[in-house]
Amino acid sequence: MTKAQRRTISRVLFYILLAIISIYLVFPFYWAIRSSITPDNQLFSTPVVYWPDTPTLINYQLVLSSPNFIKALGNSAVVATIVTLLSLVIGVLSAYALGRFRFRGRLPVMYLILAMTMFPTIAVLPALFERVSQFGLYNTLWALIFTYLIFTLPFTVWVLTSFFEQMPKDLEEAAYVDGCTPFQTLYLVMLPLISPALVTTGLLAFIAAWNEFLLALSFIQTPDRMTVTLALFNFATSTAGGFQIPWGQIQAATVLVTIPLIVLVLIFQRRILAGLTAGAVKG
Amino acid sequence: MSVQAPAQVQTAPVALPAVHSELVRRQTRLAWWLLLPSLLVVALVALVPLAQTVLASFTNERLASNRAVQFVGLKNYASLLTDDAFWHSIGVTVLFTILTVVFELVLGMGIALVVNSNFKGRGAMRAAMLVPWAIPTVVSAQMWRFMYHDVYGVFNDFLVVRLHVLPQNVAWIADPATSIPAIAAIDIWKTTPFMALLLLAGLQVIPTDIYEAADVDGANPVQQFISLTLPLLRPALVVALIFRTLDALRVFDVFYVIFGNRADTQTMAIYAQQTIVSFSDMGYGSAISVAIFLIIGIFVVAYVTIFKVEQS
Repeated sequence: MTKAQRRTISRVLFYILLAIISIYLVFPFYWAIRSSITPDNQLFSTPVVYWPDTPTLINYQLVLSSPNFIKALGNSAVVATIVTLLSLVIGVLSAYALGRFRFRGRLPVMYLILAMTMFPTIAVLPALFERVSQFGLYNTLWALIFTYLIFTLPFTVWVLTSFFEQMPKDLEEAAYVDGCTPFQTLYLVMLPLISPALVTTGLLAFIAAWNEFLLALSFIQTPDRMTVTLALFNFATSTAGGFQIPWGQIQAATVLVTIPLIVLVLIFQRRILAGLTAGAVKG
Repeated sequence: MSVQAPAQVQTAPVALPAVHSELVRRQTRLAWWLLLPSLLVVALVALVPLAQTVLASFTNERLASNRAVQFVGLKNYASLLTDDAFWHSIGVTVLFTILTVVFELVLGMGIALVVNSNFKGRGAMRAAMLVPWAIPTVVSAQMWRFMYHDVYGVFNDFLVVRLHVLPQNVAWIADPATSIPAIAAIDIWKTTPFMALLLLAGLQVIPTDIYEAADVDGANPVQQFISLTLPLLRPALVVALIFRTLDALRVFDVFYVIFGNRADTQTMAIYAQQTIVSFSDMGYGSAISVAIFLIIGIFVVAYVTIFKVEQS
């Protein structure tokens, strides 16, 4: 075998491998789309068809005309937005202190924040459940907004701190020389510089809050307060009278929930990766 | 959320000369004011609840019950030791953890190596790899649940009707023999691409000239991988290993969506959540929660010890 032949073979093998990886990544999405547009009489027949002869959008119509599902999308948007904003506002103050100041007790606080990013929610569920009931927050979105901070805030502080640490100190010193107070320095000098990091971190916090399931399942009871993950979980029992699972509609709903996330990921791909690997690789 | 890996805690870059002690003191005070809101939130949603959970684990407290709360000492923990359901849930969780962590590390490494080569569409590939990570676990679980369908599912169609690999349809989820690997496969699909992206980021900071040197020395690709790539990627791999393990040990969503609270497939987190929320048994549920916390703690200590020992 000549060298050129060997090169060709390894190139072909490489592309086969790449094709296998791509199919593995994409196939479940393809199958969800295929199942969402297949009419029920074909969806529930064998042999299984890999693409419907007569695609239909009826499942999408049914899902989008379901008031509970629309309501759930709204609830998730409200909860995730408020949680994200709260985390950013509270988090940026702490990250500024941790990233730019040297003071006694800084390291213990850093370790506390790091430990909190790994904190298992289930370990505090009993006490949270009790507090939520006690303060009359059971089955309200506020229960979710407050408790979601447990995973969004430490993470926000951690990532923003690493961004603050990377910033050159000349600008800050110039601001101090010009007589800025630390607060003015923060919002006149630092915030504009850190805004890309805020977008990244905010996005990650938003996705985490949007995807949360355990706390929503524990604190929310009625369909009008459900978040989208909960609604998707409850789809089977709420729409089909408990007998037949509406697979087509479930798949349509999963596609609908996935589309905005795909758009976000495609737009912010680089920033998401930068946020997630902030410190991970160097560490 | 917990998938990101930590940076090492570094000292603050701003070094203030100690002579300006008044300035230092003012900065310190200001720093603590800035930290106050975060510390309050952490205390309110995590530290205080953790303490309350530990306290409740020594009582017979029930929610929405008129019975007076009594201190029962270690009774809940004693019951846990003989609670078959709890031990079973530990077994399920650990099996799931081993399956997912091993496959995600190995497959993630493989995918990272492939995507690290130069080819057209690499950017698109990397974006596509983020998508499974970004979607809710409930979504991936619902997608796979239908693929696993015993009659109309694509896996049965493919393996039985098209390839004739299996003699008859398998009820992937209902059959206890396949249910846990089937769930693990969902998690592996969702997390492996993300793992690959983290390892890819690690691969890209390795300078290419060391491979050129290895080529000159006649090292084959496998030797290069074992003696260059793996040692250089080690920090990233260890961090990924720790975080994936902690994540897998508290798994809840994917099991609950697929099985509900089916008894033979309860994870530790599901058993705790059911005891607390469905049975309102605060005391016992708290004891389970504390036990989970300790089990996760044991894994952390074990990893840190192994890693430290190896390093020295």
